[in-house]
Amino acid sequence: MSLLSVRDLTVKFAMRENTVTALNGISFDVAKGERLGIVGESGAGKSITGFALMNLLSRPGFIDSGQIMFEGEDVVGMNDKQLRGMRGNRMAMIFQDPMVTLNPVLTIGQQMIETLMAHRKLSREEARQIAIVKLREVYIPSPEDRLDQYPHELSGGMRQRIIIAIALLLDPQLIIADEPTTALDVTIQADIMELLLELCQSNQVGLILITHDLGVVSQMTERTLVMYAGRIIESGRTREIINDPQHPYTQGLINALPQQTLPGQRLKQIPGNMPSLTNIPPGCPFNPRCEYATDLCRSRIPEISHFGEVEVACHEVQRLQSNDARQEAKA
Amino acid sequence: MFAYLVKRVFQAIAVMFVISLIGFAIQGNLGDPLRELVGQSVSEETRQQLRDELGLNDSFMTQYLRFAGNALQGDLGTSYFFKEPALDVILKKLPATLELVMGATLIIVGLSVPLGVYTAIKPDTILSRLIMGLSIVGISIPVFLTAIMMIFVFSVHYGWFPSFGRGDVVHVWGYWETNFLTADGWMHIILPSFALASIMLPLFIRLIRSEMMEVLQSEYVKFAKAKGINPRRIYFLHALKNTLLPVITVGGVQIGTMVAYTILTETVFQWPGMGFMFLEAVNRVDTPLIVAYLIVVGFIFVVTNTIVDLIYGLVNPTVNIARMGA
Repeated sequence: MSLLSVRDLTVKFAMRENTVTALNGISFDVAKGERLGIVGESGAGKSITGFALMNLLSRPGFIDSGQIMFEGEDVVGMNDKQLRGMRGNRMAMIFQDPMVTLNPVLTIGQQMIETLMAHRKLSREEARQIAIVKLREVYIPSPEDRLDQYPHELSGGMRQRIIIAIALLLDPQLIIADEPTTALDVTIQADIMELLLELCQSNQVGLILITHDLGVVSQMTERTLVMYAGRIIESGRTREIINDPQHPYTQGLINALPQQTLPGQRLKQIPGNMPSLTNIPPGCPFNPRCEYATDLCRSRIPEISHFGEVEVACHEVQRLQSNDARQEAKA
Repeated sequence: MFAYLVKRVFQAIAVMFVISLIGFAIQGNLGDPLRELVGQSVSEETRQQLRDELGLNDSFMTQYLRFAGNALQGDLGTSYFFKEPALDVILKKLPATLELVMGATLIIVGLSVPLGVYTAIKPDTILSRLIMGLSIVGISIPVFLTAIMMIFVFSVHYGWFPSFGRGDVVHVWGYWETNFLTADGWMHIILPSFALASIMLPLFIRLIRSEMMEVLQSEYVKFAKAKGINPRRIYFLHALKNTLLPVITVGGVQIGTMVAYTILTETVFQWPGMGFMFLEAVNRVDTPLIVAYLIVVGFIFVVTNTIVDLIYGLVNPTVNIARMGA
């Protein structure tokens, strides 16, 4: 049985006049200890997916339908108390910007100890000892002193390590990391990712890594979902998706990587922008930006088709494959 | 800590200097003091002589320095009407005013925090809408009108509270008279305190509400939720502590402003404080008393602001008083 199993999850936002669909029937699984990457441009619905898994969408967002089975329980149907018991305990989250994630007026110790005491019957001193151990695990020097410090006394990289330590405090089964390094210095990004990978591997913790960085995904994860306008358009093993992307959008993302371009050349970009949620085009949402789009793409939403272990939602994927084959034959 | 304190005190002194300058400048423009001192029958020659003796013909600077020098020694001039040192007159009225401000502050602090937090957490309930609606009414109606309406309803119509004066007061520490030690004193101070609070209270409810709503949207509150923390702890520790930081700053300024607002409240309730005294002094063109009042109120303002800044530094960990100014 998988650790997390999401089926037909639909998230909507109740706007003043109408409701907008932010996530459109997405389904995926995470096995125990598995690391899954969710990639896509801004506005694809990656972060919303993360918050929906925690059932932590803030108004006007809400889960409209679907199922989120986590360790055999449906997160969607949980009451507040059950949700509180799950959050931070069995499923933890790492936020994007460490500079604003920690409460500025509470010490690091207060923020760690309260988390432990919310879930376990511990004395303050016991909780403090666990906090020190966890800080040591994320390589925070002299953790005893850090506990009495306030967030503003620490650097961004240090704070993100502390947030990771908080996420790991109660040995959760799953960690959702929502762009954990975008707000950090490039030199620190790699350290943080390496740390996260190490901790997930050694503790057998499942990870959902939300990012727009394909490089990070290829290093960190075993499987990848590619999202576009609230849908999963391609999913499968990370290596296959990076090496042999099927969906034109995924291909565009990979071609846009600087490594794919010679020095001095312009970076290849996908023309146009992600449609806004209020104005998603009929048919395949990617069709206005897709060079292979046909009339069928403009009228019907593509079904998911299987290619080995890869699932792709594209009408033209057959034709693209035969094109590829022909080009390879020519070469 | 010490360096910051010294710096803050120097700032306060600079502000007091400006206030005294303004106060003194007003003095020269509020009519001819001689007319108040002597009658119609005194000849122009004697007037000139008196003017010389009183130093009224000296340059502005000389006069100011003399005034400031005296003020530093606690001499703010002599009231024309009471024929007593102006400062003594004011200090005698000060306890009444400060107790009124204290009463209003208690009401504001005691009610604005729970009401502000409630309306921020549950903005859509009928009670929240009612509180917000009433707060607009409270802000919009001037203090003197609120005070008169309160007298009409609670004193005249229901007869629950007395309509004027301080009632029974008890002397403590020699000269301080307090309302808070007798039942009659309490009855007398309730209406004026609410009247005085009637503008600041809604303002604070709205301020706390909007700050709190903003804080509740913050990432650290979301993170606290993601940690599985009890909502009560999130509201009253995580959010409220951040909410109150800006409120403290505004609050300090407002307490000073309230001392000035007492003029209206005290007049309506015939409260024997320095606001009531000030209005009488204006009617009597008692210039030294007016100027002394301005300077004392300015002083109270500066002192409360300085204290509030120090408190802010203690509450907000990102302001490190120990290292500031060093």
